[in-house]
Amino acid sequence: MCLAVPYKIISTDDTKAIADVFGVRKEIDIRVIENVNVDDYVLVHAGFAIQKMSQKEAKITLKLLREVSEKSI
Amino acid sequence: MKNQFKDNPQLLPLLCKIDKLIELSERKGKRFNFMEICGTHTVSILKHGFRSYFKDKIKFISGPGCPVCVTSQKDMDRVIALAKSGVKIATFGDLIKVPGSHSSLEEQQALGKQIDVVYSPLDCLKIAENADEEVVFIAVGFETTIPVIASLVLDAERMNIKNLSILAIIKTIPNALKFLLANLETEIDGFICPGHVSVIIGEQPYNIIPEKYGIPCAIAGFDPVDIALGIESLITQIKDKNPIVANRYKRMVKLDGNPAARNLINEVFEEDDVDWRGFGKVPASGLKLRKRFAKFDADKKFDIKVETTSEPKGCICGEIIAGKKLPAECQLFAKKCTPDSPVGPCMVSFEGSCAAFYKYGE
Repeated sequence: MCLAVPYKIISTDDTKAIADVFGVRKEIDIRVIENVNVDDYVLVHAGFAIQKMSQKEAKITLKLLREVSEKSI
Repeated sequence: MKNQFKDNPQLLPLLCKIDKLIELSERKGKRFNFMEICGTHTVSILKHGFRSYFKDKIKFISGPGCPVCVTSQKDMDRVIALAKSGVKIATFGDLIKVPGSHSSLEEQQALGKQIDVVYSPLDCLKIAENADEEVVFIAVGFETTIPVIASLVLDAERMNIKNLSILAIIKTIPNALKFLLANLETEIDGFICPGHVSVIIGEQPYNIIPEKYGIPCAIAGFDPVDIALGIESLITQIKDKNPIVANRYKRMVKLDGNPAARNLINEVFEEDDVDWRGFGKVPASGLKLRKRFAKFDADKKFDIKVETTSEPKGCICGEIIAGKKLPAECQLFAKKCTPDSPVGPCMVSFEGSCAAFYKYGE
């Protein structure tokens, strides 16, 4: 249940942001992350960003998640 | 499963190193008992074939790291009693199928009770704004989830939402591990500490484990290389007789975790002694709402009456959570108890030990 997914920031508005994962855009909460900019990656759990992450790390994690989801179909 | 090892050029040399370290550690054939706390680690260790690769060398024990699984039968009964009382329940999907003593949320939903599955606790704000009736969020989770639950309460206060409350069944990891070592007779040589809980709490809360109990800890991520790095660290610590808290997920877990997230938690919640399935009452291992937020406390707002609570007959989820038994040792496993028709919570959640063993074939 502590699963967390990397999202790419598309736009920010105070404590909220629109972010993208696998081409799907969602509103997420960024209140506990400092200095969030467009194109940054954040680790999101239950709609809530818990940490910033590098693009490299985000890509590795997304690849893993894709493997898991493909195999569970 | 092991084919994935062959395809992973980073992993093979690491596995060779671990094999060599095991030889050097002079265990004379005795297996290492490593407990992975996080349910996502349990799934990853099974899925990537670590259990079979290290079969004679390492025994992986699933710990109390699936929030749904560790929710006590009595708390589950309280959730179901609330649903029966006619309030609108908002919950994570995992809880729906967990059987209580007499019913489940799924059954209550079929009987016409209002149960909404949410992706984020913050979705409850809109649900409450659009509802005439009382809405209760079933707040289950560990440190990873608590900041967003705290945010829900703070936002509800700020927006002056009067028909929203939470039923706090919130648990925290470090004191549960301490309890496990001090009170339960589970043999543990090392902990693989949870990655995303640690993103919030950082490294320091685990220090007492090596310092007081001499047990090595390794914070690990979730891909196969991350897990191998964690195992390598634990065996090195044992070989060198130097137990510490090693952070093998440094790219995500900072020494001090996420202080802003912890500030939110501390603003809204205070420590409490709470019930864990398989453990019983564990001191200071959970959180309750501070007095300032009493009006958002479903326990205070509603008179939740529970009929007699009883564990499912034959179910050994409690012993599995405490690391004393494996799913295959349960007489119900894969017979009477399956993911489609679960008897105990460890078969319900995707991350529960029984569901993971069922899916990945052990």
